[in-house]
Amino acid sequence: MAASSIQTNDREAELIQRVCNGEREAFYELVRPYERGIYFAAMGVLNNPADAEEVAQETVLKAFNALPNFRFEAKFSTWIIQIAINESRMKLRKDRRHLYESIEAEREDEEGDYRPRELADWREIPSEELQRRELRDALKQAMDSLGPKYREVLILRDVQHVNIAETAKILGITEASVKTRLLRARLQMREALAPGIDGSWVTGRDEYKKVRPWS
Amino acid sequence: MVIEISCLEVWREISNYIDDALDPELRARMEAHFKVCKHCSAVLDGTRNVIKLVADEAEFEVPAGYASRLYSKLNASLGKSDR
Repeated sequence: MAASSIQTNDREAELIQRVCNGEREAFYELVRPYERGIYFAAMGVLNNPADAEEVAQETVLKAFNALPNFRFEAKFSTWIIQIAINESRMKLRKDRRHLYESIEAEREDEEGDYRPRELADWREIPSEELQRRELRDALKQAMDSLGPKYREVLILRDVQHVNIAETAKILGITEASVKTRLLRARLQMREALAPGIDGSWVTGRDEYKKVRPWS
Repeated sequence: MVIEISCLEVWREISNYIDDALDPELRARMEAHFKVCKHCSAVLDGTRNVIKLVADEAEFEVPAGYASRLYSKLNASLGKSDR
């Protein structure tokens, strides 16, 4: 496992200093590398593009205002993604109070073992034309099928490649929980995406082949 | 001499196996298991496939115009309370 650098890097530290000295332009430079990450983190919780974008806007504003309180022993990336997650959770609670009960109820099932179902082996899928669009839809559906606590871990770990320790920090959960939820999320994604159950999708295009080196 | 491991134990650790976050002893037991268990090795391949698929950032896109809206909104908010 790669050791994570604990501290904000020098370049960022300098930018933060400049923002705090009133140089607003420096803030844009500081945030730009994370603008996508902020959006995806929000999507992990909210799973709705319009809501995620709204939260992203709130996140950068909040980060700007809170920047004087930023402590340099933290990583800036962790700090800002954490704001995005917190803002998203607040929004989820505010907007979807009626759904919140089911989110709470979902918490209980974490401990039990997850038994992966037997599926048609992906290596046996016939090679035919697959539109990128189709793949994207399938991926979206699979993401939709995950509960928020699994989706947020999957997005941080497997889309944004945040390490386990940082993911735990961002989500305010233990590293053991990160691992458990990630396991569940990945296995559920596998089942949701696995073609062949109903023959619904097949492989083909070059871009996609690279994720299936055996085809 | 590798001690055998059950499918259930393999599933519990399969994600850590992929992340290379296991001690070498458990790793070796799992490797031995994958060699003989078709189901578990299919789960392993499928899970790896999912990770590659999800990691392919092209599949996840921010909405068109997202970044420019992000900053113009920020500008507008900050403009109001110009320091």
